[in-house]
Amino acid sequence: MISSYIIYVFLFCSLYFEVFLLLTYIEKKKYIKTEYLEKKNEYWPSVDIVVPCFNESNTIIATINSLLNLDYPKDKFKVVVIDDGSTDDSLKTLQIFKGNSQVQIHHKENGGKFTALNFAIENSQADLFGCLDADSFVDKDALKNMMPYFENPKIMAVVPSIKVHAPGNVLQKMQKIEYGWGIFVRKVLTYLNALHVTPGPFTIFRRKIFENVGKYKHAHHTEDLEMALRLQKHHYKIANSHRSIVYTVTPKTIKTLYKQRRRWSYGFLKNAMDYKFMFFKKEYGNLGFFILPLAVISIFSAIYLAINFLVSNGHLVFEQISKIATVGLSFSKIHFDAFYINTNLVSVIGLFTIIGTLILVLLSMKLSEGKLKIKSDLFYFLIIYPLIAPLWLFGAVFNTIFSKTITWR
Amino acid sequence: MEVENKREKTDWLKYFYTFLITAVIFGTAIYISNYFSNKKMTQLKTMEDKISLDILSSETQFSLLVESSCKNIGDNTLSQEVGQLGDKLLYTEQKVGSNDSDFQNLKTYYSLLEIKDYLLMKKISQQCNDKTAFILYFYSNQSCDDCQDQGFVLTKIHELYPQIRIYSFDYDYNIPTIETLKSIYNIKNQLPALYINGKVTYGLKTLDQIKKLIPETKTWDKEATASSTVESGN
Repeated sequence: MISSYIIYVFLFCSLYFEVFLLLTYIEKKKYIKTEYLEKKNEYWPSVDIVVPCFNESNTIIATINSLLNLDYPKDKFKVVVIDDGSTDDSLKTLQIFKGNSQVQIHHKENGGKFTALNFAIENSQADLFGCLDADSFVDKDALKNMMPYFENPKIMAVVPSIKVHAPGNVLQKMQKIEYGWGIFVRKVLTYLNALHVTPGPFTIFRRKIFENVGKYKHAHHTEDLEMALRLQKHHYKIANSHRSIVYTVTPKTIKTLYKQRRRWSYGFLKNAMDYKFMFFKKEYGNLGFFILPLAVISIFSAIYLAINFLVSNGHLVFEQISKIATVGLSFSKIHFDAFYINTNLVSVIGLFTIIGTLILVLLSMKLSEGKLKIKSDLFYFLIIYPLIAPLWLFGAVFNTIFSKTITWR
Repeated sequence: MEVENKREKTDWLKYFYTFLITAVIFGTAIYISNYFSNKKMTQLKTMEDKISLDILSSETQFSLLVESSCKNIGDNTLSQEVGQLGDKLLYTEQKVGSNDSDFQNLKTYYSLLEIKDYLLMKKISQQCNDKTAFILYFYSNQSCDDCQDQGFVLTKIHELYPQIRIYSFDYDYNIPTIETLKSIYNIKNQLPALYINGKVTYGLKTLDQIKKLIPETKTWDKEATASSTVESGN
């Protein structure tokens, strides 16, 4: 009985979040469509983009080429590649850019991504500073589209929309929908001033902001999340330019996906603990009062609901095994009877929550792709994601509780 | 660097509206769930009433025709309906719990119908020299490791031999008629227990063990083989 009440509370929270997102989206829908669309850009500040590189010889050339293809004045824009002690032939590969005035190549001892970023910040004199992971590629207009946001002096950082680069297998197609969902949520959170991640791929900052808030920290291998929280702590505004598209290479296997997501979730939990003073504080607005607490609750609720689902339905598997062991395999005729459709409260609310999720996913597909086209990717997301996401959430919570450090790779 | 970093606003009105909408959705879900639960209970009650009427009809038919004919009394349809009702009650018990008062009324009624059907069919079988076999199955939902497996075996038996009428009774369900049944056949609390052809057996019984206890199955097997041979010959 207590278990049912816990489930009701978790489902209520999920539904509440979905309604909140939907209301905000409806409220801002018109503005999202036209936001800076007609504005002619006359603001061209100098920009340094750092590409931290550790054993990325397979993708680094394409990453830098995508940056060099950006539609932005060449004299205002520089690519700074920091080879963070690669052990493969990344450094050798990079030599093809030797002599290119727009590309600077540095080599340093391996110290982690945040040290590479800080190295570049220390040597930068540009107005704006950004980073692009060496497994990501930018759209031609990505940087240009961000400039109207920076004309507003209150905005200290602009985050892009991230899409999956060349989704090949089922897992990557599933992630394509997930990233689309991320684009939608990021846009809605912007209007709530509640962005709590400044993603590694191509978030652009005013460089001088680092003088005010300090440089990057290790931050449990999620320095992009910590930096966003630090900006929010100082009440600096973070905007989202949803027309600035960045493509990133996503994990191909369950194992690599699990490791990546466990690191993200673990990093979120650890950073949330470091910034726990922001929770339920009115001065941090929607982020402190609603988004951060709900993000933590959602991790625990996903784990609880998954365990509850396994416990309540796992016996059916054992029942079938026991049946086969007792009377052998038999295929009796299946008769559909509506009586056996589960209509208890948890199922009905669960169905409503799923419908809410589906509506939001469809809206996010429309926002990220520009049109709504239902493909197999959606089904992969709806079926596979709920099955595997609790695994990395559980892994992250386990490691957080038992203080197990998570490695980058 | 000088920047305006005002404290954030919280949109309380939106939180309130969101709460209202979520509460309405939740309320709708509660209404829908209750509506279907009541509908299912009504469906079970309707099934029980129909079975009760069918039994009464068979009893009356039996009384009228017993001296002259045994045709068309107590065919298999009734047995199937009792079986379906049993399955649905089991499902409902898993969903609403055995303490639900509406469910308990339905289960009591079902147990009475089973006993009534058993007594009538036994009488018809004796009177009409019909080779129907009967199994009384006593199980427990609380303390019986083998009861689930025994259920699978009995379902299989019923699939293979529709002529066997199986009646299941919850040993722990304290209603006078089940208590009387347990007392008449001297059923001990060693479950699963089967009452077949005047004998009580305890513990899990396999398909073959049950077939041995019902000699008619040999005849039915021979008849089935003969009819399939004829069909393949044609």
